[in-house]
Amino acid sequence: MISDTIKPVSITLERCGKTFADGTRALEPLDLAINAGETIVFLGPSGCGKTTTLRIIAGLENPDAGGRVLYDGADVTPLAIEKRNVGMVFQSYALFPNMTVAGNIGYGLRIRRSSKAEIDARVAEMLAMMRIEALADRSIDQLSGGQRQRVALARALAVRPRVLLLDEPLTALDAKLRDALRLEIDQLLRRLGITAIYVTHDQAEAMALGDRIVVMDHGRVAQVGRPRDIYQQPATRFVAEFIGTMNRLEGQVRDGAFVTEAGSIPWPDARVGVTEVLFRPEDVMLSDEAPKLEGTVTASFFLGDRTRLFVQAGSGQPLALETSARRDFRHGEAVGLRIDPRGLMAL
Amino acid sequence: MPVRRRGPLFFAQLAFTMLVCAFLIVPVFLSMLAGLTANYLEGVQSGLTLRWVGEVWAGYRDTIFFSIGLALACLACTLALGIPTAYVLAKRQTALARALEELLVMPVAVPGLATALALIVTYGGAGGFRTHWTFILVGHVLFTLPFMVRSVLAVLIAIDLKTLEEGAASLGASFRQRFFHIVLPNCRSGIVAGSLMVVTLSMGEFNMTWLLHTPLNKTLPVGLADAYASLRLEIASAYTLLFFLMIVPLLVAMQALSRPRARKFRVAEE
Repeated sequence: MISDTIKPVSITLERCGKTFADGTRALEPLDLAINAGETIVFLGPSGCGKTTTLRIIAGLENPDAGGRVLYDGADVTPLAIEKRNVGMVFQSYALFPNMTVAGNIGYGLRIRRSSKAEIDARVAEMLAMMRIEALADRSIDQLSGGQRQRVALARALAVRPRVLLLDEPLTALDAKLRDALRLEIDQLLRRLGITAIYVTHDQAEAMALGDRIVVMDHGRVAQVGRPRDIYQQPATRFVAEFIGTMNRLEGQVRDGAFVTEAGSIPWPDARVGVTEVLFRPEDVMLSDEAPKLEGTVTASFFLGDRTRLFVQAGSGQPLALETSARRDFRHGEAVGLRIDPRGLMAL
Repeated sequence: MPVRRRGPLFFAQLAFTMLVCAFLIVPVFLSMLAGLTANYLEGVQSGLTLRWVGEVWAGYRDTIFFSIGLALACLACTLALGIPTAYVLAKRQTALARALEELLVMPVAVPGLATALALIVTYGGAGGFRTHWTFILVGHVLFTLPFMVRSVLAVLIAIDLKTLEEGAASLGASFRQRFFHIVLPNCRSGIVAGSLMVVTLSMGEFNMTWLLHTPLNKTLPVGLADAYASLRLEIASAYTLLFFLMIVPLLVAMQALSRPRARKFRVAEE
């Protein structure tokens, strides 16, 4: 356990928009309340405004006139980042090459004019927390990517920030290391109870880390919600397609079923007038019992524990599904599909 | 490392390298030797002497110290002007910044004589300025500034300055602290490279200084030209020898400064 607990702050964004000097609208005016101690993830493709939002919260960018940023209800909009007492972790690490690992971690305290003994103690504590004690006297260019990001985390947390801001911290790392460090960050954030704002374009990262996810698209918030809500009840087509894999079929509602050119899907609570239905691969099962959808296998990938299939049913995009059936699938093979009605969505 | 058999190509390359070195070094060596020879026309057989060096020291000592002083003053000016300029140019990636960057190189492209004439025509009548040593300094700073700006700028652009500064700012560092703790130490290699250029260029500058100098403010190369033109070859050579003795230790010392030291955790240093 960390020797001192950080009192987490709540953060409120009021009408925070951002228009750059060249007239580009990076962010439409945004209202958002982030609870104290919450981990919130801004998720979206590049250019969606997620990093701009983070930089406005950090104080690296000013919102357009009229926008306000509040920490625990206090307006911090006019304060530059150095006055806000935040911790920030960058995609490119931003470690100082002219200082050792310990020098980097202690820098924020040195700026705060802490005594040498205090700094040494805190640096030792941070090194232990990130399990990088052996690296204390290394220079930055002697570290691997994963080690660098650990140092960056230790440096950001050493100053006991009011909020921890992470800008795509794992993007520069390879897949295996990303998974390991993601788990570690998750445990760290839970243990510290700090308010954390995390920006990523990786939906798996967002689902794993976020208490809530803010999905962004073209400078607007597409949806805010818990990972499960976002996945199971996407508010827009963009969210539905950006998070996970989504299948799509066109047809009409008729007599408690959704009728397509490939067959009909029982759908008791269908709304009349729906012409398109969306569903996840995990809600699709192979089945030979009627009523079923009929299609042909266009591709199959054996993944070990399961097989991912792509099935052409009707004239739209092939449907993706996964099966644990212990057999091979041939290209062009005819299969029947059943879809769990609980997984059907209409937007 | 495994011992590799060295083929004929290796020896051919070695021979070529040695030949080029010899081509460059032998004249220097001969010139220095000439300064120590009793009578150059008779050759080394006439014996070695420090007489010429002594005469140069007595007659031209002032020009040597003047040159060193001028080079160091020039260095101070280019550091004070060049580093902030490079910093601003690195931060502002605008068309205006690029244009300024190009404009800065003009004094290098324009012949030194033209710059010197322009300075004399413009400021020659301004009180005692024409005869003051700072008149030459202005010329040297104009000429050497782009070298400082360029080498510092190259490093600043390579180190992702923006993110480093944002990192420092997030930890609470003010602009001043960021500049002295992060920007300056991380462009040290550029500063040292620029400094070496500035000092050597200022020490050796002749074109411009030839027009700007006055009998009381004479730099070493100008004195050297005088010596070559009007005195015995031995004296001119001894002058060259002294020039080397002065400048080599200076450059070695500056190089040593640039060597990155093992950096330990340092605190409470402002």
